[in-house]
Amino acid sequence: MNWDSSLLLLIMATSLLPGLVIFFLPEERVALRTTLNMAGAVVKLVLVGVVIWGVLHGYQYETRWPLLPGGLDLVLHADAESVLFVTLSAVLWLVTTIYAIAYLEGSPHRSRFFGFFSLCVTATVGVALAGNLITFLLFYELLTLSTYPLIVHRGTEEARQAGRIYLRYTIAGGALLLVGTVWLYDVAGCVEFDHRGVLAGLDDSDHAALTAIFVLLIAGLGVKAALVPLHGWLPRAMVAAAPVSALLHAVAVVKAGAFGIVRVVDDVYGVEFAASLGVTGPLAVLAATTIIYGSLRALFQDNLKRRLAYSTVSQVSYIVLGIAIVGPIATIGGLVHLVHQGIMKITLFFCAGNFAETLGVHNISGMHGIGRRMPWTMAAFTIGALGMIGVPPLAGFISKWYLGLGALDAGQDWVIIILAGSSLLNAGYFLPILYAAWFKAPPEIWPAERSWGRRETALALLVPPVVTALLTLAAGLLAAAPFSPLQWARFITAQEYTP
Amino acid sequence: MLAGLADTPWSVLVILWPLVGALACFLWPRHANPLGLLAALGSVACVATLAWQVVEQGAQRHAVGGWGAPLGIDLYADGLSLLMLVMTAMVGLGISIYSSGYFDRKTAAVFWPLWLFLWTALNALLLSADIFNLYVTLELLGLAAVALVALAGGANALTAAMRYLLVSLLGSLCYLLGVALLYHSFGSVDIAILAQRVEPLPSVWAATGLMSAGLLLKTALFPLHFWLPPAHASAPAPVSAMLSALVVMASFYILLRLWLEIFPLSGAALGQLLGLLGAAAVLWGGIQALRQTRLKLLIAYSTVAQLGYLFLAFPLGTSFAWKGALYLLLSHALAKAAMFMAAGNILRFGGHDRIADLDRVVQRLPLTLTAFSLAGISLMGLPPSGGFIGKWLLLDAALYSGQWWWALILITGGLLTAAYVFKVVGYAFTPAEVSHEARTVPARMEWTALLLALAAVLLGLFALWPLTLLDIGSPLAGGYAG
Amino acid sequence: MNSGLLYALTGVGLFTLGLNALIMHAHLLRKILAINVMGSGVFLVLVALGGRVPGASPDPVPHAMVITGIVVAVSATALALALMLRVRAATGKPRLPEERQE
Repeated sequence: MNWDSSLLLLIMATSLLPGLVIFFLPEERVALRTTLNMAGAVVKLVLVGVVIWGVLHGYQYETRWPLLPGGLDLVLHADAESVLFVTLSAVLWLVTTIYAIAYLEGSPHRSRFFGFFSLCVTATVGVALAGNLITFLLFYELLTLSTYPLIVHRGTEEARQAGRIYLRYTIAGGALLLVGTVWLYDVAGCVEFDHRGVLAGLDDSDHAALTAIFVLLIAGLGVKAALVPLHGWLPRAMVAAAPVSALLHAVAVVKAGAFGIVRVVDDVYGVEFAASLGVTGPLAVLAATTIIYGSLRALFQDNLKRRLAYSTVSQVSYIVLGIAIVGPIATIGGLVHLVHQGIMKITLFFCAGNFAETLGVHNISGMHGIGRRMPWTMAAFTIGALGMIGVPPLAGFISKWYLGLGALDAGQDWVIIILAGSSLLNAGYFLPILYAAWFKAPPEIWPAERSWGRRETALALLVPPVVTALLTLAAGLLAAAPFSPLQWARFITAQEYTP
Repeated sequence: MLAGLADTPWSVLVILWPLVGALACFLWPRHANPLGLLAALGSVACVATLAWQVVEQGAQRHAVGGWGAPLGIDLYADGLSLLMLVMTAMVGLGISIYSSGYFDRKTAAVFWPLWLFLWTALNALLLSADIFNLYVTLELLGLAAVALVALAGGANALTAAMRYLLVSLLGSLCYLLGVALLYHSFGSVDIAILAQRVEPLPSVWAATGLMSAGLLLKTALFPLHFWLPPAHASAPAPVSAMLSALVVMASFYILLRLWLEIFPLSGAALGQLLGLLGAAAVLWGGIQALRQTRLKLLIAYSTVAQLGYLFLAFPLGTSFAWKGALYLLLSHALAKAAMFMAAGNILRFGGHDRIADLDRVVQRLPLTLTAFSLAGISLMGLPPSGGFIGKWLLLDAALYSGQWWWALILITGGLLTAAYVFKVVGYAFTPAEVSHEARTVPARMEWTALLLALAAVLLGLFALWPLTLLDIGSPLAGGYAG
Repeated sequence: MNSGLLYALTGVGLFTLGLNALIMHAHLLRKILAINVMGSGVFLVLVALGGRVPGASPDPVPHAMVITGIVVAVSATALALALMLRVRAATGKPRLPEERQE
């Protein structure tokens, strides 16, 4: 077996196969299930490491499978962008698995949950490694199908309603993406991802069609990326358990949408061609609107997870904004924020889950003095929150810095105002939480306290947020080091803009 | 030995084997189950060998008994008929295994001869090379199907069967009148000869209209679909599966053959009309499916909608539009059979099929629910599945020819399908309001449903072979534009 | 006009009359009879159109088709009658129920 063509398949198998086995496990086989989960996550990480090494040394990893006669294939391909996303997914999956095992201890239907959990990660990895638009579409839809059972997992009326709304948005988005892809195939004759963008060579008569296709594709992807006004499903999906929210918001669904937009603008259209079509301007405006709107809505939420959800809506659009501002520095900012937002947001959701599980606290108004009761968790939360606001030297600062520089460099000065305004709003909805948690007096008794003796909460619930918080620190402090997300983003952008 | 295998007229054996099986089951009813399964396996083997023969040697034409046309019967196996035969064999095997666990002894003794006889008629239909033989086999198919619908007894099933019979006979007679006209005009009933001789005469127009009307009635295209939901819903689950998957497919196959070979001069107007009716079927069937409270009726209306998709290929008319429609047909056969089997399992388990009371089926019948979901994925046209490939090809054809409104119908149909599929799946996640006594469902019933649904999904990953098979000797050989 | 054409038109007329009866009458036995009349009409058309040249021997192929068709029609009628009896036993009336909007 050719190593180069099967390595990517193996990476997918490390979550698919355990997932399929887990479906058939009886509820009581906790140890076996945990082993399968952890083994899959660790092996995946190892294999991803191999791929990173290989890509840096010029190896070509590609798996092809003929789909339709006429040359349309399913392609898995490891280029710099896919490696960025797949590494993020693999690392965060490992951390989330540890967290989820502890969080769901004793709750019903864990085999079903972890089965779909694994399928979800498989789909995400597929989205990351997709080498053309049709492969992307396949895994994008698989992601919808595998996340739906996670949202309705609890079976309550609220969960099912959230699931229905989720489906309405995502299936419709998938349909738009499908039409866009077929039309693109029709007009351009191929849908492969290419660094320079495959479409630049077409003549003028197709430009109207290409613009329409762009709108369709962005609309289809924008549902998952939670671009306004297609974001409605995201706050509702908060009814799911914290590990699900963490995974959905930090890694899988929203990032898949944002990643798709990156792919479409950079690798299908090519950023200069897209600019010449005149579509990047409106996209930037849309992203900016989402940034401000999300932050504004976040200000008025009392439920912690809902506030974080609206914060996600806002933050993911930074990525889109970075891509839409035509210029290498802005692109770096957008790409690196893909990673940074993931790490920071997952920290925040892990902490929110800890507060709910340990003390029964779901609302911000109930978080007074929680820092005294759960100092480690709250410390991690603080780092995540400060990173979101953009305080140096944390990861979020790096992304915003590059976005700002990039905007100035591309002559889009208005973006600075958006960035500044959004940072102010972020501070507006995060700082009060921090203040209340550290400096206000705690209540007499917490709503639903569970005790772990002298520790503030279960070890497996504590370690993941601390780890991701440290990663946030590292990504910011060590941004100049060779393997930081920033350097990787620079590497990708260099390839995109080289003539 | 291979040379011996290559020379045997496998097309004859493909018809004979299930027929002998039917007779055997009729003569020895106490051993009906094992005999029936043996017949099913044998039929699959015969079809597989025929497939090998066609792939190696090209399209096969065989004159039964050595007497050629016009008085004798010719059997013709090209890529198109072969693909349908293979699909019939797969679904047929699944239905056979499922039925061996479904029916009690007494009913099984009656079921097996009828089912194998239906299979014989279907194989013969797919291999027929002249339009009169198509009439005969179509009638036989209809009679067997009607008898199977009536198998369950009970007022609902019997009246549905009666209505189905009358409709079936009406359709066949219209078709036969068309045959008469064509024979009178061109002196032959052989399809290949007619294809050469046909000209745009008034009699050909009349024949086109009559034969199409008859076949549309049998394929249940809107608005001639009224007989289908009651018949498919009140029949026992394996019978519903074969009706939705195989029997409606037969009349569509004939229509396709005639359209491609004898009626290409029919012009754009009739094609647009068929497309319009297909669109109406997609929308109306989808909306009606959403409104149902019982699972089997929902699935039956889903069949009405899915059949509508097939007719969207008529106004588009390009080679890959036809291939898309055919691929949808194949996937639908597998997926719909799986769905009806899943419904049968649920019915067996809980004693009812009210959607609102699907009492946490997901926990107790996980295989069945997975089968239903996978089948639903194919029907919705989500990747990876056979339904997605078919949908892609049709979308491509629609956008390529600039007739974008058909693309809109395809998308809307997909959304409606998603709505009713997830309605069922979503209910299955609820806590029960009333708990039922559960009866056990035999493992083979759950597994055949799951395997057929899995096949529908896998059809999406292995599309290359079936699509290139269609090019062997058939009128669909052609390229892929775009 | 020649007799062949006359018979053929009669056959078409029978077909139409039968079709009308099939739709209009509610009693199942009448519907079955209507189908039979339609069938006879089609057979008549087949045979009539088979007489190509007046005076020469007629074309045997349509005759063969008609014989096959009669056999099929007999089987179909038998099934229909048996089913009709079952329907009457199950519902009390040899009629199809009114079309209900489901």
